Amino acid sequence: MVLRSLRVLRAQAGASLSGLPAALATGSGLVLRSLSTDVFQNLALEDWIHDNVDLQSRNILLLWRNSSAVVVGRHQNPWQECDLRLMRRSGVPVARRRSGGGTVFHDPGNLNLTFFTSRKNYDRSRNLRVVTGALKALRPGINVQATDRFDILLDGHYKISGTAAKLGRTAAYHHCTLLCSANRRLLSSLLRPTCPGIHSNATASLPSPVQNLLDHDPSLTPDSILHQLAEQYLTEFGVRGGRVVPVQPADEQTFGGIDRSVAALRSWDWTHGRTPKFSVDTTLELTDRAGSEISTATVHLEVKGGRVERCELAVPPDWLPGGPCMELASLLVGARFCPSETAPIAAAFLRSKPRNAGEETRLGNLCENIVALM
Amino acid sequence: MAAVTRCSFNSVRRLLSHHYKRRCVFKANKQTPVFLSKRYNARLFHATSAWHGPILQFKLSDIGEGIMEVVVKEWYVKEGDKVSQFDSICEVQSDKASVTITSRYDGIIRRLHYAADDTALVGKPLVDIETDTGPEVAQEEDVVETPAMSREEHTHQEIKGQKTQATPAVRRLALENNIKLSEVVGTGKDGRILKEDILNFLAKQTGAILPPSPFHETQRPKEVQPATQTASQPATQTASPKPVLSTQDVTEPLKGFHKAMVKTMTAALKIPHFGFCDEVDLSRLAALRSDLRAISEARGVKLSYMPFFIKAASLGLLHFPILNASIDEACQNVTYKAAHNIGLAMDTSQGLLVPNVKNVQLLSVFDIARDLNRLQALGASGQLGTSDLTGGTFTLSNIGSIGGTYAKPVILPPEVAIGALGKIQILPRFDSNGQLVKAHILNISWSADHRIIDGATMCRFSNLWRQYLENPASMVLDLK
Repeated sequence: MVLRSLRVLRAQAGASLSGLPAALATGSGLVLRSLSTDVFQNLALEDWIHDNVDLQSRNILLLWRNSSAVVVGRHQNPWQECDLRLMRRSGVPVARRRSGGGTVFHDPGNLNLTFFTSRKNYDRSRNLRVVTGALKALRPGINVQATDRFDILLDGHYKISGTAAKLGRTAAYHHCTLLCSANRRLLSSLLRPTCPGIHSNATASLPSPVQNLLDHDPSLTPDSILHQLAEQYLTEFGVRGGRVVPVQPADEQTFGGIDRSVAALRSWDWTHGRTPKFSVDTTLELTDRAGSEISTATVHLEVKGGRVERCELAVPPDWLPGGPCMELASLLVGARFCPSETAPIAAAFLRSKPRNAGEETRLGNLCENIVALM
Repeated sequence: MAAVTRCSFNSVRRLLSHHYKRRCVFKANKQTPVFLSKRYNARLFHATSAWHGPILQFKLSDIGEGIMEVVVKEWYVKEGDKVSQFDSICEVQSDKASVTITSRYDGIIRRLHYAADDTALVGKPLVDIETDTGPEVAQEEDVVETPAMSREEHTHQEIKGQKTQATPAVRRLALENNIKLSEVVGTGKDGRILKEDILNFLAKQTGAILPPSPFHETQRPKEVQPATQTASQPATQTASPKPVLSTQDVTEPLKGFHKAMVKTMTAALKIPHFGFCDEVDLSRLAALRSDLRAISEARGVKLSYMPFFIKAASLGLLHFPILNASIDEACQNVTYKAAHNIGLAMDTSQGLLVPNVKNVQLLSVFDIARDLNRLQALGASGQLGTSDLTGGTFTLSNIGSIGGTYAKPVILPPEVAIGALGKIQILPRFDSNGQLVKAHILNISWSADHRIIDGATMCRFSNLWRQYLENPASMVLDLK
């Protein structure tokens, strides 16, 4: 059984799997710890294990941490979930995972756990018992409880863990977060959507009050929790003397095909382009050069696959003539709903005809307002 | 050669399929009563015309955890698509779990029972699939179990002690083309042989270039979807710009930035351009720059030649403000712009962008260098905003950083002048003593709007600019 699965792994990965065969031979439960803090590499590693490892007779726990990132669920709308402009300025990327659920903020103070099982053995309650059991072992008397929505609450009120899952044909994974010492100020400032007027069928997130375990008790550091989680898992899933195996997702030799997976997960077409169709209906506050005169315009945008499918601008005719506004709207169709594409289009559009100074300023202001939505 | 081979394959295929069909019918006749009573009594069976396969309703199987309904989030197939067993059909969501539903059969999708965002019920039909293998495909009801095998599949080919796994459709394709399954490398899960493996094997044998498999449409979502199917070579899925040999013309509409550029360039070429070129000896500037680089980098700013070129241009514009002007649509008025917002044409991933440094007349060389660093960083990360990209009054294009000597730049409206800098070359020149020396030579090509600027003005401006750069100490006299 073990030999057959090794052959499978070799056939898929194509090269030697240092460390992994020995680890896989130890039995039915295995704990892996990722050495990477790149959210895309870790998400790709999750997919790789799900797709390539034989999980019918074996259970795996993957422990991972990322540098700052916002991770949205499979069918969510990043424009509806977070402040994309602030994230671009701060260099915090958006990642889209393959499991469902809501948006979470990751940083090194947040622990991620992924429980890999066969489809038959998929049991989220059992997995969460590992987490609550570990915390209770570290700090007896701590009030942590899993809810029926598979969140974990501290003191019955603060959310310290959220869950999501992905079910394939024969295998499944359930992953959850665990807030140890995350940067809560950054979390709350980034998870504040700024694009107004979005109508969408995308899965919405339910915001909850959160707290760090470290704030509750200084002994609950990410490393101590990590260690205890591994112990608890190996006990729960019946493996004696197992150890935590470090893995490096960037290793293409061991994880054949992972580079391509990382590139796909990083691509804009996946992170933003995979958003279900949505529309934006909002008003724009327009100003003149010195801010002395003001006006309002309405804009209606339909975005599919992350690209503008339709754009309608209604600007008062005494503020700007209708012709240039319609031209601008038609130029935006087909562009990504993202300033990196629309700002150059607006700049090129502004040059396309000589205009008097007043009209040029107002058009420029209109362009700036539209681009700021994205 | 290929034609001959293909011919012979065809005849063999016809011969074999004739035999195979007869065998099929024979088998089916023998087995049908047993099949229907045991496996198919619980299934709806739509009878269709003789040469189409039966249409089977694929029901949404139990997700587990007592869930009775899910939301269909995304379809990976549409009606008319061909699917293989285990191809992904759709993605459904239930309570934070995203579930991939895979096909149980090979066949053609005939009907989708739900649209995206509809609620689907467990146990009710999800899709109708027209199978092409007939009643030989007997599947397990529960998707949760290990892969469903038909009775025929259980009789694996045991060759060289290896079991080869393949669906009946794949086996028939192999048989029709006289291919031994043991010779084919399976790329499916657990070494399973897929239809693509047979097709690739065939392609290698006949040297034929096969059209891209329509299964690309229904590949598992983790693989990057190829953009178009027009190239007859299988599309590469990596992002590196490999030269792609296509045998067909590809037409696509101009969108977004390219459409806007068409309008801009059309407006630009309405301006009557004239050109003026010269060469500048930057030997002294090169020495000055290498002295100042260390100081600048200590302050955290990279110093290139551009800040000097930009500052020298601004100093020149103070003497020749007509070059920093704009003419209105009716060509009635000229507006002399107060601010020197000097743009620098950049080749970025977003395309040709011209961000500008605002108010150069008020900035020192170091300030300009710092602003350029900021703009270059933004350009590299695709974050240049409208305020950086608009409001320019004069432009320099550093095409020489990529290559070239003399150029014929196009003026960017509403400006009236532009300069293109060629690459800096080390060339032999005579100095004032008549000695042959190595000189750092840069070629500059100016274009200007001949409606309001004449050759003499351009020439004098260029001379002044050149003088500042050839003798950088003279810039100190005029710096504000």
